[in-house]
Amino acid sequence: MDPISVAAPPPTIHPLVVRICHWVNVVAIFIMVFSGWRIYDASPLFPFHFPPDLTLGGWLAGALQWHFAAMWLLVANGLVYVLYGIVSGHYRRSFFPLAWGAILHEFANVLHGRVSHRLGVYNPLQKAAYLAVIVLGVALVLSGLSIWKPVQLQELAALMGGYEGARRVHFFAMAGVVGFVVVHVVMVMLVPRTLAPMFTGHAPRGE
Amino acid sequence: MKKTPPRLAPVLESLPPKQIQLLERRLFLKHSLSLGALALLTGCDVTDADAVQKVLWAMSKWNDRAQALLFNPGKLAPTYPESRIAKPFPFNAYYGEDEVIEVDPGSYKLALSGLIRDKKPWTLAELYALPQVSQVTRHVCVEGWSAIGKWTGVPFRLFLERVGADLTAKYVGFTCADDYYTSIDMATALHPQTQLTFKFADRTLPAKYGFPMKLRMPTKLGFKNPKHIAEIFVTNQFPGGYWEDQGYNWFSGS
Ligand code: HEM
Repeated sequence: MDPISVAAPPPTIHPLVVRICHWVNVVAIFIMVFSGWRIYDASPLFPFHFPPDLTLGGWLAGALQWHFAAMWLLVANGLVYVLYGIVSGHYRRSFFPLAWGAILHEFANVLHGRVSHRLGVYNPLQKAAYLAVIVLGVALVLSGLSIWKPVQLQELAALMGGYEGARRVHFFAMAGVVGFVVVHVVMVMLVPRTLAPMFTGHAPRGE
Repeated sequence: MKKTPPRLAPVLESLPPKQIQLLERRLFLKHSLSLGALALLTGCDVTDADAVQKVLWAMSKWNDRAQALLFNPGKLAPTYPESRIAKPFPFNAYYGEDEVIEVDPGSYKLALSGLIRDKKPWTLAELYALPQVSQVTRHVCVEGWSAIGKWTGVPFRLFLERVGADLTAKYVGFTCADDYYTSIDMATALHPQTQLTFKFADRTLPAKYGFPMKLRMPTKLGFKNPKHIAEIFVTNQFPGGYWEDQGYNWFSGS
């Protein structure tokens, strides 16, 4: 009898650090987005506002408290995730190689209702989307810092077009992340067997 | 200018400020855990909501400390050409523009108290005789909007030195003729661009921008800049502020 073949757990497809960071990030993004909408409503940049019932904080001061509390969670968690992703080789293994042709091909597949997904291997569209949302996350944090500290961090703010420019960068980066999350969650619902491994780390036996 | 209140539904704008404030507080307690938060805290009762409030206040205190650390006493706020001054410059207070108070310049005296050696009150003529400087800087409101303006007055540091304020104390507090009050950290009080302001756009500060004087700080959000200052005091006891006591972050630096 070969004990290993019996006892060996199914292979890990999502490292523990990635899983923890992912779900902590979901909480942080949730708080940041819904409190951010309330803050936006205090002085809308564009001729619309977010429905107050869809916001967090109750009034401007409450929303600001949530936003400036959760930003620490978002940034600390994001740093752990990005540093781990780079240092451990997780990004290199999971997000690369990546070619434009492959992304476009996959996009065409999705448009025709074909979603290719092998557990443990991200398709090219996923890779591109995950990289993009990481870049958007960095843009959100940097523009957020510029709005929070337009004097102390004025060199950073200047890169964003100053205080008023940074507000716009912050808004569009938020819109990009929200757009990603909507598509991302729809994709998970279309391929629901991807969900459990994001908690357990393992593909179910037989996959 | 200062005191940026949360945006209210039009129907609320006709209520007197005190009533709005009470209403907001109630809405705050009720709705600070609106939809979004409820999903997060499913099954929590009011006590848990209180616990959430405590955590949020503690984080706000933590943010005061973080901002004090981040504050560089020598870092100047960007300045702008006069062509970029906002016209008209927005009015903002915890009351409407038609309720702006008129301070009588003849009988006005600036009171001083707390850790200050020379507490003699100052008349406007005496204040105007102090050396003055101008700045064209960006006023940033806690609501998110910003506007560039030109302010002229005496550097606050010079004034504090002149009256023998204890510059090692922690706070400078302000009480205002319109019942507003706020306070700042000493490091910001001594910043080179912190100014006891007598003029806006080269003209005597109009009532709506805080006659006879305001404190202009390009390193802090608008509501930290008190208007219609009646008394200045120096203290080591945390004085709080009108909006700060209701949940707005105290340091609110830029
Ligand atoms: C309720 C909301 C969410 C659900 C159910 C969810 C679910 C998942 C699942 C199942 C995967 C693995 C996909 C696979 O194996 O093919 C995944 C990966 C990922 N998700 Fe989410 N997600 C949610 C929210 C978010 C949010 C808010 C963000 C960022 C703004 C995000 C960013 C990512 C990233 C970057 C990855 C790849 C992680 C890596 O391998 O490094 N997700 N998510």
